[in-house]
Amino acid sequence: MSAPRTLLAIDKVSKNFGRVTAVDGISLDIGENEFFALLGPSGCGKTTLLRMLAGFETPDDGRILLDGRDIAKTPPNRRPVNLMFQSYALFPHMSVRANVSYGLEMERLPANEIRSRVDAILATTELVAFADRKPDQLSGGQKQRVALARALVKRPRLLLLDEPLGALDKKLRGAMQLELKRLQHEVGITFVIVTHDQEESLVMADRMAVLRDGKLLQCDTPHAVYERPADRFVADFIGVMNFVPGKAAADGVLAANGARISGAVPAILSPGAAAVASVRPERIRLFPPPETANRVAGIVEALAYHGLDLQLHVRTALSQKPFLVRVTADAADRRPVASGDAVELGWDAADVRIFAN
Amino acid sequence: MRSFVPSRSSLLMAPALAWLTALMVVPCALVLALAFFRRGIYGGIEYSFTLENFGLVLDPLYASIFLNSARIAGAATLIAVVIGYAAAYAIAAAPRRWQPVFLFFSVLPFWSNYLIRTYAWIVLLNREGLITQLLRWFGYTGEPPSMLYTEGAVIAGLVYNYLPFVILACYAPLSRLNPELAEASRDLGASAMTTFRRVILPLTVPGIAAGAVFVFVLSIGNFVTPALLGGGRFQMIGNLVYDQFLTANDWPFGAALAMALIAIMLLVLTAQALAADRAAGRVAEAKGGADD
Repeated sequence: MSAPRTLLAIDKVSKNFGRVTAVDGISLDIGENEFFALLGPSGCGKTTLLRMLAGFETPDDGRILLDGRDIAKTPPNRRPVNLMFQSYALFPHMSVRANVSYGLEMERLPANEIRSRVDAILATTELVAFADRKPDQLSGGQKQRVALARALVKRPRLLLLDEPLGALDKKLRGAMQLELKRLQHEVGITFVIVTHDQEESLVMADRMAVLRDGKLLQCDTPHAVYERPADRFVADFIGVMNFVPGKAAADGVLAANGARISGAVPAILSPGAAAVASVRPERIRLFPPPETANRVAGIVEALAYHGLDLQLHVRTALSQKPFLVRVTADAADRRPVASGDAVELGWDAADVRIFAN
Repeated sequence: MRSFVPSRSSLLMAPALAWLTALMVVPCALVLALAFFRRGIYGGIEYSFTLENFGLVLDPLYASIFLNSARIAGAATLIAVVIGYAAAYAIAAAPRRWQPVFLFFSVLPFWSNYLIRTYAWIVLLNREGLITQLLRWFGYTGEPPSMLYTEGAVIAGLVYNYLPFVILACYAPLSRLNPELAEASRDLGASAMTTFRRVILPLTVPGIAAGAVFVFVLSIGNFVTPALLGGGRFQMIGNLVYDQFLTANDWPFGAALAMALIAIMLLVLTAQALAADRAAGRVAEAKGGADD
């Protein structure tokens, strides 16, 4: 994918509430037609950043450029940006059609244009049959689609979505993740989604930004963030990670028990500094070939069958927490293991990420 | 009724029902009966059936007093709703922990006696009262304005006395309103004014209606405020009823007037109940429809 034209440039934006710094000098560029995720634990500043993009908060510092124009102080009703609220915020006294028409009425468009655009978006979001219902006559999934239709019908330059799937049950959420992505592709509008669910951003986003304590930790494609996390926090927050704490050495980490985990050591870590080696569960093999760089013996404590793969908890001398290992069902069939079995784990030096600890 | 066995809830209601029957229903029935008798020549009651008293109620002289009362009550209601809604809006927008404090202060006048509160207005509006003194202090030298014993004084007194009801009635729906609804309206391109008119106001109308009915019903039958602040110069129905019972000694006509007043109040209350019922019916319908 070639780099898209920049639509939104967030330039060193900060926001304080009293003595609390909610957003601390964040800079981000978001491209035309991108599906961008702001990800982080609660209190990381992602919602404040989103509210500044919508116009409900004004940054204390920095600029927000939309198509090159600074909109940081533009009121919400005067920017080509729409927000889909976490609570959906549907007007309870209006029908679905009236809710969706509302934004176009504010633009004082001719009635026939409003009607045709509303009809079109109701068809896209499969809401035609519910057009005359009131919000409290709708299911959660239907409400979510009305909220989406109400924002999309305005054809904003930028659509902001605050935890759009948070109120849905798990099964519906999975379906809506793909649905949202399909819809974004169809309407060709830039989506910025706020979520605390790392899986959601991995599945949906073209690029994602990981925030913590108001600071930007990493901004990249889901694949890059997963495979090359910027620091220990990101490594832990995105997906599942096994950590081996120790001290930095020339070509790896020396664990507390004296074992050495081979891997590339980042230049900022001087030998002897507190470090942590990490490896993803799916990168670990059971009974590895003898030439494997990192090998450790362990005892299987528990195992869980997940259909396609098998997850094992393996107690080793390397860390306090047991290792989590994911092997394919095929591999498990070839050499079955049971709880209590002694096993050997192995992984390549290339699969090890080493961070300051 | 599902059964004739007294349920627990009807037992719990029994004391209240007994109280209402003894002290509301029976006296009202007696007053109603009174309205169908004649006035005795030397006062007192002549026990012969007549509809004359009700005919007299419709006499232009008395009908105009009804209209006058409705006009004064209507003005008081309008002013109380505008001021009360604004106050309730401000309280609901204040930080959560301050809201109970502001509500407490807005109902604080209720802790004092109605009569004393009304006398306080005399002190304010008197020809040489606080307002006149304040004007003098600012350099006013002309005739003291005549404020007491005017219709304006009566309306001011009614608004003052019933304002807390309106604040409480409007605060309830305003404080329950999801603030994201107003944000969503702004986000969709509406100005603050349009947001108020199309989202906030329609969703808080039930509170306004409840508060307004309360002020109107209590005002139209009020007797103390027009007597003290109106100085008896123009009468409201309450004063007229008082006069008939205690001055003119015409109990049957007083009873007929009282019944007419009660009928007006019931009409207003029924209209409000029907409107509220229709709104509730829509919600119930909505809940039923969501099942499929």
